[in-house]
Amino acid sequence: MCTDCGCGDVNLVPLELQTRILARNDDTASHNRAHFRERGIFAVNLMGSPGSGKTAVLEATARAFHDGRKLAALAGDLATDNDAVRLQRAGIRSRSITTGQACHLDAEMVHHELHHLDLTGVEYLFIENVGNLVCPAVYDLGQNMNVVTLAVTEGEDKPLKYPTMFAKADLVLLTKLDLLPYLQSTNLTAIRDSLARVMPEPRMLCVSAQEGTSIDRWIEWLASSRAAVVPEAVNA
Amino acid sequence: MHEYSIVQSLVDSVVAAVGTRDAVVHEVHVAIGDVAGVDCGLLTTAYEVFRAGTLCENAALTIERIPARWECPRCHVPIARGAFLRCADCNEPAQLAGGDEIVLQRIELEVA
Repeated sequence: MCTDCGCGDVNLVPLELQTRILARNDDTASHNRAHFRERGIFAVNLMGSPGSGKTAVLEATARAFHDGRKLAALAGDLATDNDAVRLQRAGIRSRSITTGQACHLDAEMVHHELHHLDLTGVEYLFIENVGNLVCPAVYDLGQNMNVVTLAVTEGEDKPLKYPTMFAKADLVLLTKLDLLPYLQSTNLTAIRDSLARVMPEPRMLCVSAQEGTSIDRWIEWLASSRAAVVPEAVNA
Repeated sequence: MHEYSIVQSLVDSVVAAVGTRDAVVHEVHVAIGDVAGVDCGLLTTAYEVFRAGTLCENAALTIERIPARWECPRCHVPIARGAFLRCADCNEPAQLAGGDEIVLQRIELEVA
């Protein structure tokens, strides 16, 4: 309160900060990322709508991968551990992160669960986020790449409706390709057009987890992406 | 609705900034980008609910919205939102020059 002239005004002092509100999350994400780098692990933040095929893609990855011991996963889910159980059955060592009411994973949840996951010999860690095209895009988890699953049944304009999510994607996996013949109004050109308006470098792989279509190309993408960030992986 | 979690981080940031000062927080100014993935209406609602009983209890929240700005990284020509995100002249993929901010800009403290 001003006591100089008796006007009664409050003395306000501005304090300039210009700090990222999620700085603490970002610090933990950097810690996770350093941990992955030290271990030669390539980490993928796998995001997408509920039911877009995230878990199915990982199951297909395990079937096609030459050595499942190199794969590990953390599966985020609001209320069950069903996805982690499915991945475990598929041969991927997995842990569930049950988020309760939280609609996304954050770096601290991942960090905490990493302490309970044996990463010996692991080269690829998949962090299967909570099914949601909004909130997970906001939180850095320490991943090397963001991969977004988009099912052919979701509609061609989905990327335009959720631009933040797709703008952050390094790769879009167009899933359930085997259903395309049954969708008379859906065409791939329109999906590519939508992606090019929200993704600066639109990369899309069309896959079918059920039939194994192009899962080999997805695995090639994983290997070349890992080689780019883990130098010794070239000769592994 | 991750806006509650962002407000939690916002209040924590304000508490850290105030530190040991003997001051009342009068205003909180944040900048939110249009493609940051944060809904400003929900953020305001979350703030109203969450600030009770915290250092921000009597602090008004002011949100500055930052428009999304895509541009060519080489020639810096702006690329309109909704257009193909590639420079027609340089063929370079566009880069986001602004609009993804989730920033605590400043606070105003009422000092004795």
